[in-house]
Amino acid sequence: MTSIIAEYQSVIPAEPELAVLCRGVTKSYGTGAGKVTALRGIDLTVRSGELLMLVGPSGCGKTTLISCIAGILDHDDGVCTVLGHDFKAMSQGERTRLRGKTLGFVFQAFNLLPTLNAAENVAVPLLINGMPRTRAIVKAKEILAHVGLGERHSSLPRQLSGGQQQRVAIARALVHDPKIIVCDEPTSALDHETGHQVMEMLREVAMTSGRSLVIVTHDARIFEFADRIAQMDDGVIQKVVDSPSELNH
Amino acid sequence: MNFVAMRMLIGDRLKYLSLVAGLAFAALLVTQQASIFCGYALRTGSWIHDETCCDLWVMNDQADFTEANKPILDTALNRVRGVRGVLWAVPMYRGYLKCRLPDGTQTTIRMIGVDDATLMGAPAEMVEGKTSDLRRDRAVFVNFDQAKDGLELKRADPPRPLRVGDSIAINDHDAVVAGTYRATPEFFWEPVIYTTFTRALTMAPDERRTTSFVLVKVRPGVEAAEVAARIALIPGLKALTNREFTDMTLNYVLKKTGILVNFGLTIGLGFLIGALVSGQTLYTFMLDNLKHFAALKAMGAGNFAIARMVGLQTAWAGGIGYGLGVGGACITGIIFSRIGLAFEMPWQIPVMGAGAIAFCCFAAAAFSLIRVIRLDPAVVFKG
Repeated sequence: MTSIIAEYQSVIPAEPELAVLCRGVTKSYGTGAGKVTALRGIDLTVRSGELLMLVGPSGCGKTTLISCIAGILDHDDGVCTVLGHDFKAMSQGERTRLRGKTLGFVFQAFNLLPTLNAAENVAVPLLINGMPRTRAIVKAKEILAHVGLGERHSSLPRQLSGGQQQRVAIARALVHDPKIIVCDEPTSALDHETGHQVMEMLREVAMTSGRSLVIVTHDARIFEFADRIAQMDDGVIQKVVDSPSELNH
Repeated sequence: MNFVAMRMLIGDRLKYLSLVAGLAFAALLVTQQASIFCGYALRTGSWIHDETCCDLWVMNDQADFTEANKPILDTALNRVRGVRGVLWAVPMYRGYLKCRLPDGTQTTIRMIGVDDATLMGAPAEMVEGKTSDLRRDRAVFVNFDQAKDGLELKRADPPRPLRVGDSIAINDHDAVVAGTYRATPEFFWEPVIYTTFTRALTMAPDERRTTSFVLVKVRPGVEAAEVAARIALIPGLKALTNREFTDMTLNYVLKKTGILVNFGLTIGLGFLIGALVSGQTLYTFMLDNLKHFAALKAMGAGNFAIARMVGLQTAWAGGIGYGLGVGGACITGIIFSRIGLAFEMPWQIPVMGAGAIAFCCFAAAAFSLIRVIRLDPAVVFKG
């Protein structure tokens, strides 16, 4: 593995602006006859400060790819570095700590803890990183105000609309100032207008200098927000384009 | 993360309450039933402990508990008095006799005859009358509580307790209630009536052997065990201290009655049901929260942090459930004591209850934790 990384590092010049670098990434599930290959040699880069959308049909490997990028899944072969770190070469503990500090997540189903209010939900990544609760809540309230939910900080998730819940989830992804935010279908549970507002917010609030967003989506209505769009099919990146119109061709 | 763990646990009120209720139920059953068993077990020796006047009980070497009807030769009294180290020794009669109350009610009683001259072995705490009243003609003492329950005149109109001055017939011999006494409740339930040794023998059926026990006081500075060993050299006799006599009676009751099996089953089933209910509730709680744990793991919470959260949730629910359960058992105990039912909670019972609840919680937490630790955080991306 070390030799493979060294080989790639010799081929690819050091690119400090690269947030994610994947070269020849493969991933299979199961063994023998039941073996399913989800990723078949993925080559992908995500630049710092870029919003990249990962699109493709269901089962094409998008979720597996972002799981590998996020260090949640181990890829089988190839190289996948995130902010210069190779998750595969790290222990489980190191990987978890790095993920907690450098990555933010926005999930399709929001995944807010139902018994915590909005501010407490937003504070969770800070608490995971060891910040005292009082300070974490104060910071969470600031971020909530930033996403327009300053007045709803004490509301429970069930008291918020879908759009508001997703804004809380975005605030949670931002609160610990991560370098990369991974979003899984952030608008699929929202109507068109709300989805549009959420994407505007993601672009406006999340895209500070040097922060990258990787968004997995089926929702063609939000493609316009992407800097680049990577189209996947059957475990490979088919093409990477700069605008939705190129994708259609 | 402790805060998050607590909010996850307490925030879902219904699940939290059912979890705590399951654990409280288990703790209540285990500690309450164990305390009732303990109360009954201790009652087997309460008569022995009420007789505080003597150091040794001399009895037939085949006697195996307080109620054993195995008298000794009357000559044994003088032989015991002749043993070195004995300060004094007095005879005692104890046997089951028939009793007819003033209203015609018939019942079985335990008659105790104490030494005529010294009245050693008579009840220590008199409610009505005084100990010397036992020397009056045909005098007997009845238990104050049993006079209302066991010796009450059920057929009288209206029904009333047996009172001082009432005439009763014991084995067709007239007797008069000259006093009432208070004694620690016993395991055996027949009413106990005291009279003098000689009078008891006139009421009891004729037998060659009439002495049930010889009560012995040892000389100051002499070990009771030493004297007991010397008495045991007399053929057909054994001498036991209060503690030894109590233990022998308890062993007999545990072996010969179903009390140990019955209470053991109740305690065991209570523990099992409580453990299953609470374990299942805790496990379900963890399963319901799996997606949240997965999200926490994805966001950077390590397995140790997750294990600590589960541990805290379990310990909190276990602690509250245990407290409520033992509190409930204590309230039961207060009520039981007021109505005269057996209940005794030495410190070992709450400790045992804590161990049982800790085991339930640990087992449930371990099963839940295995699921949570094995949980692939990638499931959060599966919608």
